[in-house]
Amino acid sequence: MAVLVIADHDGATVRDTTHKTVTAAAKIGGDIDILVVGEGAKGAADAAAKIKGVRKVLLAESAGLGKVLAEAVEATVLPLADGYDAILAPATTDGKNFAPRIAAKLDVAPISDIIEVVSPDTFVRPIYAGNALETVQSSDAKKVITVRPTGFDSAEEGGSAPVESVTGGDAPKTTFVSEEMVKSDRPELGAAKIVVSGGRALGSSEEFHAVMDPLADKLGAAVGASRAAVDAGYAPNDYQVGQTGKVVAPELYIAIGISGAIQHLAGMKDSKIIVAINKDPDAPIFQVADYGLVADYKIAVPELMAALG
Amino acid sequence: MKVLVPVKRVIDYNVKARVKADQSGVDLANVKMSMNPFDEIAVEEAVRLKEGKGHHAANTAEEIVAVSVGVTQAQETIRNALAIGADRGILVQSDTDLEPLAVAKVLKAVVDEEKPDLVLMGKQAIDGDNNAVGQMLAALLDWPQATFASKVEIKDGKAQVTREIDGGLQTIEVALPAVITVDLRLNTPRYASLPNIMKAKKKEIATKAVADYGTDTAPRLKVIKVTEPPKREAGEKVADAAELVAKLKSKGVI
Ligand SMILES: Cc1cc2nc3c(=O)[nH]c(=O)nc-3n(C[C@H](O)[C@H](O)[C@H](O)COP(=O)(O)OP(=O)(O)OC[C@H]3O[C@@H](n4cnc5c(N)ncnc54)[C@H](O)[C@@H]3O)c2cc1C
Ligand SMILES: Cc1cc2nc3c(=O)[nH]c(=O)nc-3n(C[C@H](O)[C@H](O)[C@H](O)COP(=O)(O)OP(=O)(O)OC[C@H]3O[C@@H](n4cnc5c(N)ncnc54)[C@H](O)[C@@H]3O)c2cc1C
Repeated sequence: MAVLVIADHDGATVRDTTHKTVTAAAKIGGDIDILVVGEGAKGAADAAAKIKGVRKVLLAESAGLGKVLAEAVEATVLPLADGYDAILAPATTDGKNFAPRIAAKLDVAPISDIIEVVSPDTFVRPIYAGNALETVQSSDAKKVITVRPTGFDSAEEGGSAPVESVTGGDAPKTTFVSEEMVKSDRPELGAAKIVVSGGRALGSSEEFHAVMDPLADKLGAAVGASRAAVDAGYAPNDYQVGQTGKVVAPELYIAIGISGAIQHLAGMKDSKIIVAINKDPDAPIFQVADYGLVADYKIAVPELMAALG
Repeated sequence: MKVLVPVKRVIDYNVKARVKADQSGVDLANVKMSMNPFDEIAVEEAVRLKEGKGHHAANTAEEIVAVSVGVTQAQETIRNALAIGADRGILVQSDTDLEPLAVAKVLKAVVDEEKPDLVLMGKQAIDGDNNAVGQMLAALLDWPQATFASKVEIKDGKAQVTREIDGGLQTIEVALPAVITVDLRLNTPRYASLPNIMKAKKKEIATKAVADYGTDTAPRLKVIKVTEPPKREAGEKVADAAELVAKLKSKGVI
């Protein structure tokens, strides 16, 4: 058995989602190789080589591969696929973009967003916004899987795998135009220990940032948002927590002015401790909150800041 | 330009799914079903391409075909798409649930027949939550894909698409024909007006069977069981911020 993990990285280093995917790969069993696709991604490959339990790291570098176009990743992975029984990627927007494409080319039914490996061919994945968990067994000889990072612990450091170069593919019918990334010194939403999320109640972009940013900075937290807050332009799209946004499971999740719709809960209900601040005592968010504070955020958040010292 | 919009009949997004006691699946008996919300956004965008709404030039789309793979009642979902403004529909009947790979294969056969310039579809169905069919359809067709679109511009045989990705937004240009999957912020779908609902009743829906396309739709996955996730119990209410901080400190999370 051999498993290929497609790394999530920023060129210089690999993100923790990769470590978590390696843990899922180890549960499937067999040799684990990591593929780093990118442009100027030697640093990431070296970082991947240090993950414990990795046999080797494959580095595919070429101009354009840095933008992770699905067609180019597909063209890079297909020639390697013969050597593997399973191909895994973290269920990030990139992983979700290229994994089903690779699966279709291999005539394999992809298995999306797994949270548990039951056996090498059987997996658990949430469906219906996390209101049900499906255990599925695959009869495909080769498996293509995306891994929900919150379902797995991070693989440890301490390896020293060799790095080999492989040929990168291209995307002849696609051109990269531009990118607009949110700059922030705060921890990444998916990896943060504490997340503070704001909802529609915040009312404007100015208010959202005036209330949420200082609180996040005080707690060393990442900032999230409900769909309503993102739709209204109070927060960037990247902040959205939920069924169709990011799934987070921090130690502490503080929801401020968020009602707790099913779709929002799908993205945060596995958090260790949930706090809700909402002025409506009947808001559904209180049904999942460990600590609920029924209050106007305009009063509660300044008091919280003061109490935190 | 001809646009094909695959639409799926799913549990209404306001309904909380309940797992069946025998763990064989989710109970859909007497549950309100609707068009997958993402597919509504896809239909709306196709109609805007036709009407020339927003930044689109008029008649960017000339014909919009809505297609659904599913049970007889998926007709209603297609009617809904016709009421928003699609021109005609195709129902590919299937009494068994098809996996994303099988749906993609059937849709490929429909594309081979219909020859659209663009397939606009939802990024994810809110029941299966696979987020896979669009990407697989693009792969089977050897077309480029632009997933998670929050802005679409069509010109000179190309689509410029802004995508919602982790970390922000990415804009790419794909040569047509292509598959675009839509995200929540592409548009806000209209409510179909009564006259348009009436008009939709007269529009054509062709009915086919999965078998007509001769594609391999045999399942690759076996559902062993469907269970309820661990329940979270409501905790306690705190009186004020000071009490909250004390509790969080005692738990060691701050
Ligand atoms: C296909 C689909 C996908 C979706 N995906 C997602 C998703 O991924 N993530 C997501 O979040 N949503 C998602 N949604 C949307 C979801 O259904 C809800 O509409 C959304 O989560 C509501 O956001 P909210 O809680 O901020 O707003 P609201 O529901 O309007 O809640 C605002 C809350 O603020 C409280 N409030 C108001 N003023 C104050 C105040 N001064 N102080 C304290 N509290 C106050 C109110 O009591 C209320 O509970 C999706 C919906 C669909 C159809
Ligand atoms: C053994 C088995 C049991 C199953 N049990 C259930 C069950 O209990 N309940 C259930 O709802 N499903 C069930 N399914 C179906 C399955 O889980 C998915 O719903 C289906 O495979 C499509 O995946 P998705 O909707 O998540 O696709 P996604 O990839 O999330 O869909 C993306 C987009 O593809 C398009 N699309 C998807 N499906 C169709 C379609 N049929 N027609 C037209 N366009 C479409 C839409 O534009 C949609 O927005 C079962 C499947 C199997 C194999």
